[in-house]
Amino acid sequence: MRPTFWQRLDAFARNLTPVALTLVLVILNVVPTHIPGIARVLPVLPLISVFYWSIHRPHLVPAPAVFLIGLFQDGLTGAPMGLHALIFLAVQGVVLFQHKFFMGKSFLVHWLGFGLVGAGAAALSWALLSAFHVTLFAADAIVFQYIMTVAAFPLFAFIFSRWQQAFLKLD
Amino acid sequence: MKEPHSFSRVAQPIRNFAQRFAYVGLVVAAFALMMLAKVDTILVERARTHMTDAVAPILDVLSRPLDTVNRGVAEIQAMKNLYEENTQLREERTRLMHWKSVAEKLEAENRVLKEQLNVIPEREASFVTARVIADTGGAFSQSVIVNAGARDGVEKGQAAVTADGLVGRVIDVGSRSARVLLLTDINAKIPVLVDPTRTRAIMAGTNLARPRLTWLPPGAVVSVGDSVVTSGHAGVFPPGLRVGQVAAVGEGGLIVQPYVDLTRLEYVRVLNFGSGGILQLPQRSIGADTPGKERGHRP
Repeated sequence: MRPTFWQRLDAFARNLTPVALTLVLVILNVVPTHIPGIARVLPVLPLISVFYWSIHRPHLVPAPAVFLIGLFQDGLTGAPMGLHALIFLAVQGVVLFQHKFFMGKSFLVHWLGFGLVGAGAAALSWALLSAFHVTLFAADAIVFQYIMTVAAFPLFAFIFSRWQQAFLKLD
Repeated sequence: MKEPHSFSRVAQPIRNFAQRFAYVGLVVAAFALMMLAKVDTILVERARTHMTDAVAPILDVLSRPLDTVNRGVAEIQAMKNLYEENTQLREERTRLMHWKSVAEKLEAENRVLKEQLNVIPEREASFVTARVIADTGGAFSQSVIVNAGARDGVEKGQAAVTADGLVGRVIDVGSRSARVLLLTDINAKIPVLVDPTRTRAIMAGTNLARPRLTWLPPGAVVSVGDSVVTSGHAGVFPPGLRVGQVAAVGEGGLIVQPYVDLTRLEYVRVLNFGSGGILQLPQRSIGADTPGKERGHRP
């Protein structure tokens, strides 16, 4: 049976949610918390989102969308334009390259994988930042940020998996 | 059923190739954008400004509940040590009363001396008070977004302060939002004076919590506890804004502890000095002729 117009619209709207959720996380990431020192080590939430959806619904977060998410992150955080676009694309590239490995694996494997990919992303961002500012960057903030991001992964992966079951089950 | 199958068999590799091509293209585009941003084209900055401006209303709404919670927490904490604070304030008041009389005497003396020397009076500052709606003080950059923009009279290059001292400089202005580069950002280089000796130096941000003093003249004597104020050289900042205190003399140079707690910014004042001047007391500048409108106040 051919889906009706409304069914298609419904499916379309549902399929937009991974990207929309990621954009929301970009905004949430910069809302001031006023907790001393926390802003420096706040997890990079969109990174978790890009990683998760690249594993579970790769066709819903195509590369151009990831690119735009990265630009949005750069625009809001004041990081050099293109920095996060590059990092998010790299993360997505690695995940898609190893997609067969991640498919059907347990949560722990995904977490571990995120730990590795996140470390690569942190190293890449450090290298890019250092190159951009032509100075050796203090790495401690990036390392802390990486640890916080990996620590935040289970919570957000849980939220995304519930979301996936609720809204994107038919895929 | 055979038709679409064979079609997809042909189309799939082409699609894969196109996707891979798009991916590589995007990576290259991201790289190119970074290069472009490095050359500092207006185009990239304008894109950023538009982006920030578009999201500003959302951020404005989202940051409100957190602000309220924070204020509540602060009030409860204040309630707890009301008694000690009261005693402390009483002591401080006695001390400040003394200082007030000294300041009044100095002010009078200063006025007389200036009259004698025919010093050109400096313009008083007007200011716009803006709320911080986004705090991006991360590992990548140190800046905040405030909810006042060009329509409120904010202009690029103006200094942002709180009652405690200097916060940073306005680097991007949208119509309803502006980005303030904090003095800790790696791009922040502020000409300062180290006070008792009036030693000129440049305070350079490092993206860490405390900026460094560089380019001191040879033989300069600076010790821990010296206060740092803006010098007004290079015309970036008006002279005489309180910045911080020399906190440590380490191997990385002289470390400055800013007076403002940059992690807990709620409201900042964006100063409009026109051609420059010395920071006046806010009550004085708000009463007389204040073109900038006030938006909220520091609690």
